[in-house]
Amino acid sequence: MELRSRVPTGPLEGKWERHKFEMKLVNPANKRKYTILVVGSGLAGASAAATLSELGYNVKCYCFQDSPRRAHSIAAQGGINAAKNYQNDGDSIYRLFYDTVKGGDFRAREANVYRLAQISVTIIDQCVAQGVPFAREYGGLLSNRSFGGAQVSRTFYARGQTGQQLLLGAYQALEKEIANGGVTMYPRTEMLDLIVVDGRARGIVIRNELTGKIESHLGDAVVLGTGGYGNVFYLSTNAKGTNTTAIWRSYKRGAAFGNPCYTQIHPTCIPVSGDYQSKLTLMSESLRNDGRVWVPKKQGDKRPPHEIPEAERDYYLERKYPSFGNLAPRDISSRSAKEVCDEGRGVGETALGVYLDFADAIKRLGEASIRERYGNLFEMYQRITDEDPYKIPMRIYPAVHYTMGGLWVDYNLMSTIPGLHVIGEANFSDHGANRLGASALMQGLADGYFVLPYTIGDYIASAKLAPVTTDHPVVRSTEADVTERTKRLLAIKGKRTAASFHRELGKIMWDNCGMARNEQGLKRALKEIPALREEFWENVNVPGASAELNQSLEHAGRVADFLELGELMCLDALHRTESCGGHFREESQTPDGEALRDDEHFTYVAAWEYAGPESEPILNKERLIFENVKLSQRSYK
Amino acid sequence: MNLTLRVWRQSAPDARGSIVNYEANDISPDMSFLEMLDVVNERLTERGEIPIAFDHDCREGICGSCGVMINGAAHGPMRGTATCQLHMRSFTDGDTITVEPWRARAFPVIKDLCVDRSAFDRIIAAGGYVSANTGGARDANEILIPKENVDTAMDAAACIGCGACVAACPNASASLFTAAKITHLGLLPQGQPERYRRALRMVTRMDLESFGGCTLFGECQDACPKEISIDTIARMNRDYLKAVMIAKAEPDSTTA
Repeated sequence: MELRSRVPTGPLEGKWERHKFEMKLVNPANKRKYTILVVGSGLAGASAAATLSELGYNVKCYCFQDSPRRAHSIAAQGGINAAKNYQNDGDSIYRLFYDTVKGGDFRAREANVYRLAQISVTIIDQCVAQGVPFAREYGGLLSNRSFGGAQVSRTFYARGQTGQQLLLGAYQALEKEIANGGVTMYPRTEMLDLIVVDGRARGIVIRNELTGKIESHLGDAVVLGTGGYGNVFYLSTNAKGTNTTAIWRSYKRGAAFGNPCYTQIHPTCIPVSGDYQSKLTLMSESLRNDGRVWVPKKQGDKRPPHEIPEAERDYYLERKYPSFGNLAPRDISSRSAKEVCDEGRGVGETALGVYLDFADAIKRLGEASIRERYGNLFEMYQRITDEDPYKIPMRIYPAVHYTMGGLWVDYNLMSTIPGLHVIGEANFSDHGANRLGASALMQGLADGYFVLPYTIGDYIASAKLAPVTTDHPVVRSTEADVTERTKRLLAIKGKRTAASFHRELGKIMWDNCGMARNEQGLKRALKEIPALREEFWENVNVPGASAELNQSLEHAGRVADFLELGELMCLDALHRTESCGGHFREESQTPDGEALRDDEHFTYVAAWEYAGPESEPILNKERLIFENVKLSQRSYK
Repeated sequence: MNLTLRVWRQSAPDARGSIVNYEANDISPDMSFLEMLDVVNERLTERGEIPIAFDHDCREGICGSCGVMINGAAHGPMRGTATCQLHMRSFTDGDTITVEPWRARAFPVIKDLCVDRSAFDRIIAAGGYVSANTGGARDANEILIPKENVDTAMDAAACIGCGACVAACPNASASLFTAAKITHLGLLPQGQPERYRRALRMVTRMDLESFGGCTLFGECQDACPKEISIDTIARMNRDYLKAVMIAKAEPDSTTA
């Protein structure tokens, strides 16, 4: 497989501008003749669908939820970065670019990241024009805050509900286009396969969740904005429905999967409380601006926090990373929390937790201003744990939150299947091996509002597409595959629920492909996962029938895909013997326990190519070339 | 804790539904209400029965997917709480809990506890946006917005579109939902050009969707998981009234 990144040549600053000029345009009068299928209605999908419709394309948009407004982008709390430098604290496009490349541990494509930083400023303008109620100062100007991993204040926010407000902005734009007739919306619809005709993505096979009807929709290009695959771990901060099916099916149809092992474990989540736990809840890391992270110095110290005197507390982030302190990037903070818990200094009943203490901030700023900043987060915490964080320090523990890996895309956001574009978290592109806080919203909207609408036009104008109808043999066979698979799932009628398989897979992944990975564990997982998958296909019990709303069937199909994806993640993690960002290989660390990269051997994107059910996938490499940034050991000390 | 659940089961939109009793034993008080339903569903599946269908996704009170009537109250007994955020510690060992879908003509039951809330999307599509196509926006700081206005707009914008307001209203009115969006956008300078057109269109759409009228019972704001105030309804009524006047005086200006 050839990986052509299509990064334009020339100086970094001018690449995107020139590329925009060099790309072909589609005649405005012809746009309505082209149909674009957009799968997913989160920040990336909704913004792309709305913008493409505004441009005149005929758009069909799909989501599995009952309304596009429910996509999981809605749960993002903290904020969105933009290099506006409104705070006059030295921010710039170049600094946001540099921070992102460095934060990603030098495993992202320079040109993509620079474009993201350039576009960031326009996103804020667009969102404000849509009526997104970002926080403001008394003078009426926009307010900013600093966020994990950054030393400038560049994060725009709407209380602790930034994702919600940005998504509603995109959703409203989408509804406007639905009303205008440019977008046809298919809610409660799941994409179950990709139709590839003559090497090009020409459609998708969908299942209507209400009627169970399986049918094919065809078009001139397919866009996947279907989010990340963190739910492979069963417990994650992702919404219950988020899944890998769309990108996994596309992988099996020929789209390369980039860096599947790059997973972000978010440092500030509410610890697990019991086996019944269905998901984990994130506490925005903006809390780390004012909260101080600590554990007792002594092992197994069971005293309640207020009885532990200052001298017997270890503020380990401040101790280890004096210049970033509690704002150290996510991968580093998470790993540090794991370390202190492994040392037996964890807090709470399970001893898998650390304190996030607001006592000093409350003393300094007063309870009222803490309430103003974080009121809803504190309330959420109290609701779940039954403890008052104004009085007792929060207990937090890392949890799976985001996947930097995803389908490989070129500079135009197109996968290795021509016509299949992948945007937002579903692609691998901009965050390297670790994503900085408040950058996911930025990337989703950059892709959807400002990148894809240009690049997809170039594809459409260049591709000479022959008409395809639903009686085409490929369409029929892809549809038949989906029908067959659905029937098979329902026919097994074994003894175990899909959820029990999902939980077991999640545990294998968390234990062996989680915050720290080693050869032995990964090899073990690579034995356990196929065995579990085999059992799944013999012993899963999916109740009900196909031609009805059947949530068990939907879940079982997603678990089946996770059971395949998990294996690829472990394979990728095993081959990458260096540590980088969120991927920490225990065999590769500095004497003081920091991640040790191996630039000589691993400065590349691992793009895995499906080679059939019986063969190991093929590893393709896209060399990462750094023309502007000097690779260095990431230091936050 | 051991509980008895009385759950509305309905296999399809046009099927006859009924209340079915289930024993929910060994429930931890730290479980969320939906985790309790998960446990019940796992057990039903293991027994070869059809699990209870309910909508849910984020399970942290923001996506608006979940929502059921719990002992006759939308989202259950806790104020400002969506069903997914309700924990079983709010109940007592031995309780009988009745679980039903939202009841409103505009929200037809799909299956068990799932209802069709697409009418909400159609109300937004009628005008719940600012027509600002992508590109061409001015610098975000060029237009100043007083903090108080943004904060009040944000209070209304917090709506998660769950439908509890409709379910709680004796008239099954969607006024709080509609008013929240009209208020959010109507308080911002960006929302001014379409302000009256928006009010007219959204209210008209709401009425067409067979929601009832508002008679200011105020049940909606008590049920709202985001505690949105019925002050927004006053604002909607004011904007709507003005919009009707404008529409009469200049028929094209609000409908074009």
